Amino acid sequence: MNITELAEYIGSLLPGCKVTEGKQFAEVALPPEMLHDAAFKLRNDAKASFDFLVCITGVDYGQDLGATYHLRSVSNGYTVVLKVRTSDRENPHFDSVTDIWKSADLMEREIYDLLGIKFTGHPDLRRLFLDRSWGFPLRKDYMDDTKIVTK
Amino acid sequence: MEELAKNTGIGEDEEYIINMGPQHPSTHGVLRLVVSLKGEIVKNVEPHVGYIHRGIEKMCESLTYPQIVHLTDRMDYLSAHINNEAFCLNVEKALEIDIPDRVKVVRTIMSELTRLQSHQLFWASYGMDLGGQTCYFYGLRDREKILNIFEETTGARMLVSYSCPGGLMYDIHPNFQKRTKEFIAYFRSILWEYDAILTGNVIFQERTKEIGKLSLADAISFGITGPSGRASGFSCDVRKHEPYSAYDRVKFNEVLHTEGDTFHRYLVRMEEMKESMNIIDQLIENIPEGPYAVKMKPVIKLPEGEYFQRVESARGELDSIIISDGNKNPFRAKFRTPSFVNLGVLNYITKGFKIADLVAIAGSLDFVIPDIDR
Amino acid sequence: MGIKGMKYEDFKDNESLELLKESGTNILLATIDDVINWGRKASLWPLTFATSCCGIEMMQTGAPYHDFARFGMEVYRASPRQADVIVVAGTIVYKMAPVLKRLYDQMSEPKYVVAMGACAISGGPFFLNSYSVVKGVEHVIPVDVFIPGCPPRPEALLYGMLQLQRKIETETMRSRKKRSASHNSEIV
Repeated sequence: MNITELAEYIGSLLPGCKVTEGKQFAEVALPPEMLHDAAFKLRNDAKASFDFLVCITGVDYGQDLGATYHLRSVSNGYTVVLKVRTSDRENPHFDSVTDIWKSADLMEREIYDLLGIKFTGHPDLRRLFLDRSWGFPLRKDYMDDTKIVTK
Repeated sequence: MEELAKNTGIGEDEEYIINMGPQHPSTHGVLRLVVSLKGEIVKNVEPHVGYIHRGIEKMCESLTYPQIVHLTDRMDYLSAHINNEAFCLNVEKALEIDIPDRVKVVRTIMSELTRLQSHQLFWASYGMDLGGQTCYFYGLRDREKILNIFEETTGARMLVSYSCPGGLMYDIHPNFQKRTKEFIAYFRSILWEYDAILTGNVIFQERTKEIGKLSLADAISFGITGPSGRASGFSCDVRKHEPYSAYDRVKFNEVLHTEGDTFHRYLVRMEEMKESMNIIDQLIENIPEGPYAVKMKPVIKLPEGEYFQRVESARGELDSIIISDGNKNPFRAKFRTPSFVNLGVLNYITKGFKIADLVAIAGSLDFVIPDIDR
Repeated sequence: MGIKGMKYEDFKDNESLELLKESGTNILLATIDDVINWGRKASLWPLTFATSCCGIEMMQTGAPYHDFARFGMEVYRASPRQADVIVVAGTIVYKMAPVLKRLYDQMSEPKYVVAMGACAISGGPFFLNSYSVVKGVEHVIPVDVFIPGCPPRPEALLYGMLQLQRKIETETMRSRKKRSASHNSEIV
């Protein structure tokens, strides 16, 4: 299937989500409540089984915080991109997908460490690279006068 | 300590926790492993990382695109040119510029030489970890020759920074083809020594066969790519599935085994060295003439959007993701590095084996720690 | 005693070396000092400590081409209690600094520190805009020799080790004690 047919097929699998065609991949914009169900359906679908989670990217859009999931199907070679966003900067949280793909374990811990997004249902959400009392460096409003040297 | 106890499940008698700290001769860098043991059997391995976390992704947000190329070198320093290529291909894809043929062929040759020297270092240090100190000297003696080839053309031995957005930094040296051909001929004649010392050795085989098995379904679910995944039967070579640079014009085999144990992860890398030499052979004779770079604007600005590029590094699949908002610095630059994802499987395949097997398994997964921490 | 194979005029930093030499000890103590210094400099045992890319160049210096066993330092000790010199090869971050200080404290006198590479001297390529890199190992432990480069060539590392040997030659029994008590670590 090319990108257009893939976008239509996924649109039929996931009602209520906006499916667009990006330049390279089909992109799906999801509300955060639907994340776990959508991931489960995409993983276990017979025709386009997305069984390989390539990576989860955490992004700070300025006002919102979000996560981008790149999924790939090993047998067919399709790739799809899921995007979720939340505007809650005090206590952002998404559902964890560690029960669907085991590689999400470390990736979600990294996003929690660097951006502060919690994943409910993660078996062991601890900070990965930094200490407990460090802030969240990848946020756009992170300031640290003692350690960062700027020109 | 209570957190450690809760996470490792310790509580029965005769269980105790050992710390293989950040400074250790066989963890290949600053990886801290907290191992809970019962006697000599490993119950749980918990890796603690972050001892070399330098904040490269945050730094990229304040640097221009040509400056980021020099930082990508330092992420996985053993596949330095492949990291450069990933980032440069991504920028070129976003700007939709055509790259001359000469650039594609030279980039491919340099990437394959990089892969060769990374696997040579793997062989050298893996043998040393398991006790065969001779492998260190043989492997590094031959690796020195590749570093001399790099130095003549690019100026640097290991952290080359040779690709840049638009092409190459400088043209290849006139001696490049001659020296590479001489090296390939020499290395082909000496590769039997590597097999004679280590692969056929009874002690090595006893220490690595049937240890740390990983099945195909688990490899896909944990996201293990690269030689570690191909040893379990997972066909994941990006050079075959989505060819970039000059990989669509060369014929080579993707090395696949099905057993998935430590010995076959090692064997895949040895056979990949031979495949790399075949690729270089097919390209080194006819490097096309032409310009070595495309003229770019002094300030590179990417159009708004998200861009994605995958390449095959020596450890697995390396992805470069750039989110741009039209400025001269990227809005968010992310690298999906293979060692970070491969680390997740260490606990799963070591359960039930002895602590000496932990060293063999961790060595066969071939981590480079700055690749995990970035 | 001197360094075999390299003349005094070939070294580039002779002025600071002359400043380190004390003058006016009696002849018996000077001879004992010479013998002790010769023993220490000719068999320095490094600690296996490498954080990032400079570690690979250090390994490559031990390889047969640029052998450093001919200078007496091939025996790498994994335990800091048995090591003489720690070659800090690689970037030090805030999480790793307490570990480095602990390793340095565990080494027994006389101990020396070599800062190898731009990252260990001043933070290197990660000086600007990085939130977690210590801007130079001198903030944590006292350094004897700085070797610039990113990464330094094996010949540069060997030159740095020879400078360290020359520095050891100028020591007397009194100056050793003064040196190690005077450094205060700012970060840890």
